[in-house]
Amino acid sequence: MVSLHNRKFISADSDKCVGCQVCEYACSFTHDKVFNAVKSRIRVVRSNQSMKSIALTCRKCQEPACVAACPRDALSQSLETGTIIIDQDQCNGCGWCIEACNYGAMMMHPESKTVYVCDLCQYRPDGPQCVKWCPEEALTVVTSDVLAQKARLNAIKKLFQEHEELEK
Amino acid sequence: MLGYAGTILYIDLTTGKSRTEKTTEETAKKYIGGIGLGMKLWLSNSKAGVDPLSPENPLVLSLGPVSGTMFPTGGNGHAFISKSPATGGVGEAVSHGTFGAELKRAGYDAIVFTGKAEKPVYLWIDDEAIQLMDASRVWGKSPGETEDAIKDEIGDYYVRVAAIGLAGEKQSKMANIINEKTRAAGRTGLGAVMGSKNLKAIAVRGTHDIKVAKGEEFMDMVKEFHERMKGPASMRYRTLGTVENLTIANDLYCMPTKNYSGSHLDKVETINADEINERFVAKIIGCNSCAMRCEHEALVREGPYKGALARIEYDNLWALGPNCGVDKLDSIIKAAELCTYYGLDATSTGVTISFLMDCHEKGILSHEELGGIDAHFGNGDAVVQLVEKIGKREGIGDLLADGAKAAAAKIGKGSTELAQHIKGLEVTGYDLRCLKTAALAAAVSFRGADHSRSGAYQLDMKGKVDRTKAEKGRGKLVKEGENMLAVIDSLIVCKNSKATYYKELADLAKLYSAVTGLDMSSAELEATGERIINLARLINIREGLTRNDDTLPWKALNQPITEDGPAKGAVVTQDELDLLLDDYYNSRGWTVEGVPPATKLQELGLAEFKSIVEGKEA
Repeated sequence: MVSLHNRKFISADSDKCVGCQVCEYACSFTHDKVFNAVKSRIRVVRSNQSMKSIALTCRKCQEPACVAACPRDALSQSLETGTIIIDQDQCNGCGWCIEACNYGAMMMHPESKTVYVCDLCQYRPDGPQCVKWCPEEALTVVTSDVLAQKARLNAIKKLFQEHEELEK
Repeated sequence: MLGYAGTILYIDLTTGKSRTEKTTEETAKKYIGGIGLGMKLWLSNSKAGVDPLSPENPLVLSLGPVSGTMFPTGGNGHAFISKSPATGGVGEAVSHGTFGAELKRAGYDAIVFTGKAEKPVYLWIDDEAIQLMDASRVWGKSPGETEDAIKDEIGDYYVRVAAIGLAGEKQSKMANIINEKTRAAGRTGLGAVMGSKNLKAIAVRGTHDIKVAKGEEFMDMVKEFHERMKGPASMRYRTLGTVENLTIANDLYCMPTKNYSGSHLDKVETINADEINERFVAKIIGCNSCAMRCEHEALVREGPYKGALARIEYDNLWALGPNCGVDKLDSIIKAAELCTYYGLDATSTGVTISFLMDCHEKGILSHEELGGIDAHFGNGDAVVQLVEKIGKREGIGDLLADGAKAAAAKIGKGSTELAQHIKGLEVTGYDLRCLKTAALAAAVSFRGADHSRSGAYQLDMKGKVDRTKAEKGRGKLVKEGENMLAVIDSLIVCKNSKATYYKELADLAKLYSAVTGLDMSSAELEATGERIINLARLINIREGLTRNDDTLPWKALNQPITEDGPAKGAVVTQDELDLLLDDYYNSRGWTVEGVPPATKLQELGLAEFKSIVEGKEA
């Protein structure tokens, strides 16, 4: 089993994200050969008069609430990658997992009426297509360790910037 | 025939009934979509001489074949087309955002609205389900507030909304239609047409798939254009934004100031692109599918206008700033915010305010007549107050709400010479006196004073031609620019992406084929652009416009630029304008009166409309 430290998921930098939804198009085209936001595994949210935008998708939680919530044992988590695996025969589209997910990452497919979720484009040799297509380079495949490092670096940058401004 | 949803929706707001028609392959190829398809549908569903604000005037909302796909800038466009209450001719405005993509997924290529609802309504499109909803709760609200309230009522954050504000409800001829809170189908007063129909908003949720014909080729194009859009062709939009034009135009002495009193400012440091970006821009956002995001959101962080937030482009910056002699960004941003709040076209509003200031400075209107507003050039607070008055149609605002031409007609006293408009539509921020290709383009533009119907100002400003000279050959240049932009606005891709089509129409023809699967060559597309321009001309002719309407504002014809500089003394004389018009009509194959002869219509496949030109060809 991959430890939490190595588990990869897709993260959006809200400073870089402009809300263009290119990731949604890339996702639905990769998986379904169509352009359709409601078939995308990653969704863009703009809020506060568009001053903040971010794309959200599955974060491959260590103890996934979606798996725990499923009353039909249709969901499981890949030990290898942390990806949520959906047993399409077992899923009856009840939506408990959608309600349980804090990130809105579980979605109901408009046609199959079963849930679907980010699979990190596991069958694509070049990895997650949303990351590849994002024109702002706002999306990255990360581990929680990498995110922590980024946060530290940003904190330091900000500290010194404030320090410099005070000295002016 | 992929790319097209295949359905045109007709809604009679009087009866509340709707019906659909199929989008035929013939119509699709002939008019593409967007403004081309919209004008065709308008012309075929209206009678000559229709009052723009009557129930009989159809309002068309149309998409292009590229709308709803991943093509950068193209996935998100929509266009409104009707008879303009401002010009009496073609009213047309394109907007981007994400509304168009949603409407395409709902399954429509166009919607034709006719009639008038008994009470304020909004249209709720949930794929095939069409419902007119009570809009009494949102009547009087801003487009942004309306959007939030509708999303709340329907209970879906991803519902997309295009709405009018108070100005549209009160049928101001400068009213626009706003989607996603900051994007506007701005020009020619189509918000008033919507208001006249008691139609407050259009809300849509679309869940159907959009497929393209040649998936692999299409995705290769997307990739290619993502790369191009990272390059120099769109650098300006991605970095400083269109506000960079301010310095460029100012350096060339072609930035009209104080209602065309001047064409240059000695100091622009307080309002230039660097200042805006360093001190005000809080976030740059992008439209759906775009890879060259350009929308600069400017936030006022201190002072009396603290908290004001508006999308800033050269157009609204110029109209509410230098054009009114204002050099303070906080009031410009506040005025821009209010334009969006009330649903007013900022260009037309700014030029109407500068007209009023001109009248006041020349003693045509007294302080009392202005309701106590100190409308002197340079008073940014007065601009803010006037936008508010216009939005509410209150006091002096009622006089101004229908634009500069209408206001001058009411004021009289020689004020028509101060109204900077063409065909009733207010001018934009490029001084036509010293940009003579742009002057011709503005004079013949089918929707009135406008730089973006041909892009000819770029030829002048980039020095591709001698901008101070009126000479033969400009007609052909304007014609080519118009054809190209007619195609761009019909596909619909964003005008800001124009420079990324290195092979111009050949690139766009390839895109059309990849999306639709229909064969299209660049020559065919060129002919299509020409067809669409001729169609627009036919509409204007049917509605009574003539060569006399292809003219310039009084100041551009009579008041030379006075500042010392490269443009000193520049003006467009009537002789020069006539030479340019003759050259343009000739290159279009039109008569000297600017009428397309029946043979031309035949050649372009527009024979069904030849009765419009009968008896006018001589």
